[in-house]
Amino acid sequence: MASVRQHSFDVLIVGGGPAGMAASSTAAAHGHKVAIVDDNPSLGGQIWRGRSFSSASKRAADKTAAAWYRKVQNAQITHLSGLRVFDSAQAGVLLAESQDGPNSQYGQWELHYRKLILATGAQERFLPFPGWTLRNVLGAGALQSMVKSGLPVAGKRIVVAGSGPLLLAVAAYMRAHGAQVVEICEQASMGQLAAFAFGLLASPERILQGMQYKLQLLGTPYRTGCWPVAAYGTQRLETVVLSDGRRTREIPCDYFACGFHLVPNVELPALLGCHLKNGFVEVDPLQQTSVPDIYCVGEPTGIGGLEQALVEGEIAGLASTGRVEQAQPLQRERKKMQSFTERLEKAFALRPELRRLPDAQTIVCRCEDVTFSQVREYASWRAVKLHTRCGMGPCQGRICGTAGEFLLGWNANSVRPPILPVRFQTMAVAPAIQEIKSQNG
Amino acid sequence: MHEPQPETVQIHINGKSVRVATGSTVAVALTLTEQACRISVRHEERGPLCAMGICMECRVTIDGVPSRLACQTLCQPNMDVRTHG
Ligand SMILES: Cc1cc2nc3c(=O)[nH]c(=O)nc-3n(C[C@H](O)[C@H](O)[C@H](O)COP(=O)(O)OP(=O)(O)OC[C@H]3O[C@@H](n4cnc5c(N)ncnc54)[C@H](O)[C@@H]3O)c2cc1C
Ligand code: FES
Repeated sequence: MASVRQHSFDVLIVGGGPAGMAASSTAAAHGHKVAIVDDNPSLGGQIWRGRSFSSASKRAADKTAAAWYRKVQNAQITHLSGLRVFDSAQAGVLLAESQDGPNSQYGQWELHYRKLILATGAQERFLPFPGWTLRNVLGAGALQSMVKSGLPVAGKRIVVAGSGPLLLAVAAYMRAHGAQVVEICEQASMGQLAAFAFGLLASPERILQGMQYKLQLLGTPYRTGCWPVAAYGTQRLETVVLSDGRRTREIPCDYFACGFHLVPNVELPALLGCHLKNGFVEVDPLQQTSVPDIYCVGEPTGIGGLEQALVEGEIAGLASTGRVEQAQPLQRERKKMQSFTERLEKAFALRPELRRLPDAQTIVCRCEDVTFSQVREYASWRAVKLHTRCGMGPCQGRICGTAGEFLLGWNANSVRPPILPVRFQTMAVAPAIQEIKSQNG
Repeated sequence: MHEPQPETVQIHINGKSVRVATGSTVAVALTLTEQACRISVRHEERGPLCAMGICMECRVTIDGVPSRLACQTLCQPNMDVRTHG
């Protein structure tokens, strides 16, 4: 049995993305004992991913990243990397485990806090369609993450599909790395997006960003009202089939980058009893949740992107260390951003046709290989878990549960600890999970 | 912009040595060499889906430790990776 390490902090931040980095560096400015815990090898979250950025770069986005990395480095912050928070022992104590496994000197961690800031980010929404389990069919952001962590894509044929502004960012990134982006397929209709673009006139920086993407993407078709219906290949992807509701086209490609916008990571906030509203963590203007001393920032409060994540992080960093007046100008800034977030949600709302993506034989639960025909008769998430093994595997419903919410109206937000699978020996305390784990090898 | 030549690191996947750029994740090494991470209940080959530690499709055995996430583990010199564990 590995030893349990105990540590106490004035302010503990869970999540090392932009929101958590802003929160921790702001909170640490006044001599408070601050720690940031993240399950990745380095800070930066989904967008920055621990890459190095130069403040001398011509790109404004790189400059921003470099500035925040510097702030975090210069502040007195304990950085706990490769540690995943999986449960709460009692009020004021979180449990985390090392990604390094039992051979490491660090096993389980007990993290005590006075104030907690949750900055857990978002994940892509995946929808099952025939062939989505083939190798080289990945999330859109996921393929980009792989390239950011070293995967060369020069000369590869890539189709980007699904929904959300992320598709454009991903396609531009792939192009910049020498890939042949065959096309970008957005499920939302032109009309839906036009209404959004009109609203964008209020935020010029974002228009600029959009134009930059466009220039980088010259020559790559951006098709709206178009979505994936199947992927083919023997074990590995060979072609994808795209539809606009009237006709279908089959396109050969090496990678299929497909994600349907983002869903917030609210498992930990929910586990701690934070009140959710429409699937997001409810916060007051100081980023306080319904639970005293617990704040929430970034994507879990609304899918608002980088700028909103940073501002919310700063607000919570100030509020959690008693500097409420200083947060006021930031609060005004945040308020302006909120209407953008709401419009984004509407613009990229999923079309009902996508509910018919899986056929009877399509695997919905990838952990346990449970098919759509096995789950569709059940009205609730609870019933599905009870009668099939769907949602009982190591992802604990993070993939199939979010899909089922949209496809079948399940309420997948009912979490139970531990929120994420834990390694074998930390699990001596949880025999039921151990059984699941050993079956999945 | 001038980019320095990336250094490489050698790891072993199922006994075969593979060289990748320093800073690559194990998931990158597996995808690059066109190998599956695991075999599913219905015997399908699976590779990374989310690349952020939530889908668990990328779990492999690393240096004897089972169920490690290839997408959140950086390649270290002489690391021993076993797939289909
Ligand atoms: C795959 C993906 C790719 C994206 N790429 C881009 C992009 O290229 N450009 C762009 O503008 N936006 C991108 N986004 C959107 C991006 O998430 C937001 O723009 C913004 O950066 C969010 O910042 P954040 O700090 O709220 O969340 P994140 O950056 O997601 O950070 C949250 C961090 O918390 C960690 N975490 C969560 N739960 C736990 C736990 N229990 N224990 C320990 N650590 C935990 C996560 O691993 C993550 O590192 C992407 C999103 C995703 C999902
Ligand atoms: S690819 Fe999803 S957990 Fe690694």
